[in-house]
Amino acid sequence: MKDQVVKKIDIDIDPRIYLISRPREGAAGRTGLWRVFRPVVNISKCIDCGICWLYCPEEVITWSKGSKISIDYTYCKGCGICSQTCPVKAIDMVPEEM
Amino acid sequence: MAVSISKKRIKTAMIGNHAVAQAVKMARVKFIAAYPITPQTIIVERLADMVERKELEAEFVNVESEFAALSTVMGASLAGVRSFTATSSHGLLYMYEMIWWTAGARLPVVMAVVNRSIGPPWNIHVDHNDILTMRDSGWIIAMAENTQEVFDMIIQAYRVAEDKRVLLPVAIGLEGFVLSHSAEYIEIPEQWEIDSFLPSRDPDVPYSIKRGEKFSLGNLGKDENHMLLKIAAMKAMDNARKVIYEADRGYGKIIGREYGGLVERYKIDDAKYVLISMGSWSGTIKEAVDLLREEGYSVGLLRIRYFRPFPYEEILKHLSGAKGVVVYDRDISLGKGGIIATEVLDYVDRNTSFWGVVTGLGGVDVSSKEFADVFKKFVMEIELNGFTKRETVYYLGGEVFEI
Repeated sequence: MKDQVVKKIDIDIDPRIYLISRPREGAAGRTGLWRVFRPVVNISKCIDCGICWLYCPEEVITWSKGSKISIDYTYCKGCGICSQTCPVKAIDMVPEEM
Repeated sequence: MAVSISKKRIKTAMIGNHAVAQAVKMARVKFIAAYPITPQTIIVERLADMVERKELEAEFVNVESEFAALSTVMGASLAGVRSFTATSSHGLLYMYEMIWWTAGARLPVVMAVVNRSIGPPWNIHVDHNDILTMRDSGWIIAMAENTQEVFDMIIQAYRVAEDKRVLLPVAIGLEGFVLSHSAEYIEIPEQWEIDSFLPSRDPDVPYSIKRGEKFSLGNLGKDENHMLLKIAAMKAMDNARKVIYEADRGYGKIIGREYGGLVERYKIDDAKYVLISMGSWSGTIKEAVDLLREEGYSVGLLRIRYFRPFPYEEILKHLSGAKGVVVYDRDISLGKGGIIATEVLDYVDRNTSFWGVVTGLGGVDVSSKEFADVFKKFVMEIELNGFTKRETVYYLGGEVFEI
């Protein structure tokens, strides 16, 4: 009867299962869910300088000269560094609706 | 060095620290990083000397601290190289974070811990509190009794650590000065004998590092994953019990010395009273057993060789039916008591008399006659009251006392 209360489990002891991670998109999950403030780009103000792209610690800003920027909100944590570094204040931090 | 004719083994007098270095050399360790601290310094000096003279083909990295020593060794071990470090006391505490990371990463590192008490006050003499700070970290923890066992344990440690059923680091404790600086008779096996017992390490276990392959170790992940890693390491510890016995027997077959696995049993089979201890002062306690047996006491010693994994099956077996049990602790968990006593008490029958004796802290010397006297006082109390149970008593300056 005891066996029915507490089951015996065969656990794999290979440490690689629990310790190894490989680089891939979203390896730590959908980190955009952490966001409290959302960076909203006023694209008409944007001067296509690429400074926000350079500073973004999460590499969620896509930029190529001539086409300005776009932000991947699936992984943007809303740290606000892009907004702070923008020389023309083209990025506003807007509270997320909870 | 006197060379014996039979089997070409070298028989010589050697201090514990030199025995460690000799074992590391014969285990064909390929990477060493260590920082000197009394009483471990001679190990580092000797190994550096061996590498410099090209007697040992290994990389020796000078580091700026114990934290760096174990970090560097962890990296080498991760890359598949048989690695070694050694430390003591405050040095061990200085590398403490990496102790958990090395065990958590399940790397087969072997470390010699030359036991020395932890300050304050400053003290370079032995107690067991330093190595016991590693208790919950996931290291296999062994304590040697004599110089020969130090040598044998280091060799066996690599076999246990690198076994796929285990993959855990091993710490070998040897008492500061008592073993580290005392010359004892020791027999060194031939290199081919060691080689046939200990094959070279498979560099792809547990991790395989190949050019162009990208991975990170121990990165942030799910909380459940963290818990599963701990449970897996617990399972590896359980497996280690069997592997330690196998290594002990396998070594015995080739080299001719067996110790009994997780514990050593001394005159215990017919004993009514069981003494329990760990480390080199167990040799003195064996003398006490002999003295007591001459006086008619039915007593034996169970010496803990491996504190992790904890030898609960052996303890349970030898304590069942015992009239009384005395544990000698050269360590103390402040706010609880002797660490071995605390753990042994789980397996002591309600009707069995018990004393947990804390003594020998900070290198306080305890003679065989004193060990015997403490035991006689234990028996005296049983004779007076029919029973005694004291989780913590102290022995210092000829007195057994409580506080």
